[in-house]
Amino acid sequence: MTAGTGTHRHWLPIGIRAERRLETPRWLPIATLAIGLLVALLISGALIALIGGDPFLVFRHILNASFGSLGVLSDTLVKATPLIFTGLACAVAFRMRLWNIGAEGQLFLGAWGASAVVLVPLLPPGVSPFVVIPVMIVAGVVAGALWGGIAGWLKARFGVNEIITTLMLNYIAIQWVRFWVFGPWSEGGFQLSEQFPREAWLPRLTDFAKAIPDFAGLTIHLGFLIAIACACLVWLWLARTRTGYEIRLIGDNPRAAHYAGIDIGRMVILVMLVSGGLAGLAGMSEVSGSVHRLQDGFSPGYGFTGVIIAYLARFNPFGVIVAAIAFGGLILAGREIQPAGIPSMIQGIVLFCVICSDVLLRYRVRLVRR
Amino acid sequence: MNLEVILAAGIATGTVLLFATLGEILTERSGVINLGVEGLMFVGALAGFRVGLDAGPWVGLLAAMGAGALLALLHAIVCIRFQADQIVSGLALTFLGLGVALVLGDGLAGTASPQALVPTITIPILSDIPFVGPVLFTDQSALAYLGYLLVPVTAFWITRTRPGLHLRAVGEAPSGADALGISVAGVRYRYTCLGGALAGLAGATISLAVTPGWYAGQTTSGLGWIAVGLVIFARWDPWRAIVGAYLIAVIRRLTLDLQGPPELFGFPNPFFTYQPSTFFLNMLPYLMVILVLVLGSRSARRTGGGAPAALGIPFVRGERGR
Repeated sequence: MTAGTGTHRHWLPIGIRAERRLETPRWLPIATLAIGLLVALLISGALIALIGGDPFLVFRHILNASFGSLGVLSDTLVKATPLIFTGLACAVAFRMRLWNIGAEGQLFLGAWGASAVVLVPLLPPGVSPFVVIPVMIVAGVVAGALWGGIAGWLKARFGVNEIITTLMLNYIAIQWVRFWVFGPWSEGGFQLSEQFPREAWLPRLTDFAKAIPDFAGLTIHLGFLIAIACACLVWLWLARTRTGYEIRLIGDNPRAAHYAGIDIGRMVILVMLVSGGLAGLAGMSEVSGSVHRLQDGFSPGYGFTGVIIAYLARFNPFGVIVAAIAFGGLILAGREIQPAGIPSMIQGIVLFCVICSDVLLRYRVRLVRR
Repeated sequence: MNLEVILAAGIATGTVLLFATLGEILTERSGVINLGVEGLMFVGALAGFRVGLDAGPWVGLLAAMGAGALLALLHAIVCIRFQADQIVSGLALTFLGLGVALVLGDGLAGTASPQALVPTITIPILSDIPFVGPVLFTDQSALAYLGYLLVPVTAFWITRTRPGLHLRAVGEAPSGADALGISVAGVRYRYTCLGGALAGLAGATISLAVTPGWYAGQTTSGLGWIAVGLVIFARWDPWRAIVGAYLIAVIRRLTLDLQGPPELFGFPNPFFTYQPSTFFLNMLPYLMVILVLVLGSRSARRTGGGAPAALGIPFVRGERGR
């Protein structure tokens, strides 16, 4: 599909021509996204059929098990909560074309930082939740931000490729958390800490079941609202502030940004701090809102799925929310789907199809008569 | 702890890193970044193991290379024909490779049968050389020797042959190469698939030689990502790649050996007396990757890092890089 010429298929009476687009209409990105998702659905279905499954059954199962009732919808939103945070973390960094693939590690560090408040403990026991929760949030954000900041500093100071450092830091972070849950914080030699006291739990809807009986069993927690608030803040930051403008400028044209006098090294560190902080919040909200303890392997790759979510959303914070809820459903339903690789496979296919559909943004495809 | 044993074991794992790194060097020299090495290795490990069970190790290795090349072809189509973002496509490839390997490997988990293993070879005269012999030439798998050979061959191919010249031209100055009548897309397709085949071979080296068997998600333990980092450390030079690959692999092995003895240098060994502290040892290989990149950064900056000039930029005739 080279510019202007297009491929020639002489055995057909009509041919396909690709022409370079000079401008992109506003509706086009959404249309191409829809096309990409549709193709991804078809390919996934075909693959499931190929390995002997019934694609309609699998897809219906995914829909029922993730959005079928109020209860599972609440569970889906619980899974979506860390994904919104990691999706935002990736979106912020990717908008500057800074490839933070380390949201997973920053999430682990955030969870560790938040847990330290309860498990060290940094606060005396029995303190009001109105103190414990904010302190845990700050600890999680700071730990995640510092972990991301390391990669940012290495990039700004030494020019070390951030993809590699953030990835390596993922493995190191997972080992770091393992040390604490197998060692100092281990409960009875198991690879998990003791359960947090109630004042360290983010409030859930089910906690209010006494007042409103309909809320019984709904595990959606305050983290979801914090995630929505963060999405709004990130949108404001990127779209309405000077720093956000600089981030977008660096992403679109680093050379122009450099000549405009923007200190790119400083921005790299800043964005990695923010991105790491957001991913750290994912870890905090997960241990405080859902798991209620620190344990090995509590994340089924939320940080990596954040990459896909950010890309699906085209780095738009509100798009991140939508994509995160969809993938939350996929992860929730995916736990019951055998073999275990299907969700990962679908994620890969979705990402491929979406980036391929981007070609429609750049080229107008025409059928021409020979 | 026997230094020769540690180094010999390091060579074995280093062969995995070496294949993957050489493959990625060839791919990136043509101007295409493929971050999906980890996914390709998963698929290679599974294909090698599965086919090796029925048809023996050699067919298994071929199957792994074929599977790796096939998946890399997908990356090539997406990056070259659709001109999509190579970074994201590589990430997608990682997800896809892991997913496909887990789906197809469902229920296969376990160790390989002995007849599916790549045979080990001791070279008669060379193995008698003191120190070098026991490390490099005694009871190494046939793949380790393939690794020794592949480095000079790749280096010669890139720097001294006509196809190698075309490869470098496409990676450094695609417009110039295009004007000379070299097919930029053709070269990129070929070397992306070749890189994928080598990544698949690296995966099969794990499942058929180093730690024989299929261990689902635990099979590659990040070796593919380390290989991507090593390419930068190696500055796209096969000779530096062999140094990096063996260095990281020896450190990985050393972290296992440090956990064994009750005493180290006359002091009680903390990794023996307090088990959880071994998790710090597990961090070492990943820390080393970061460290070598930082240490190499100063000279890399002076020389421009050695990265191919057109790395990651899709080629469109008549257009300067986007």
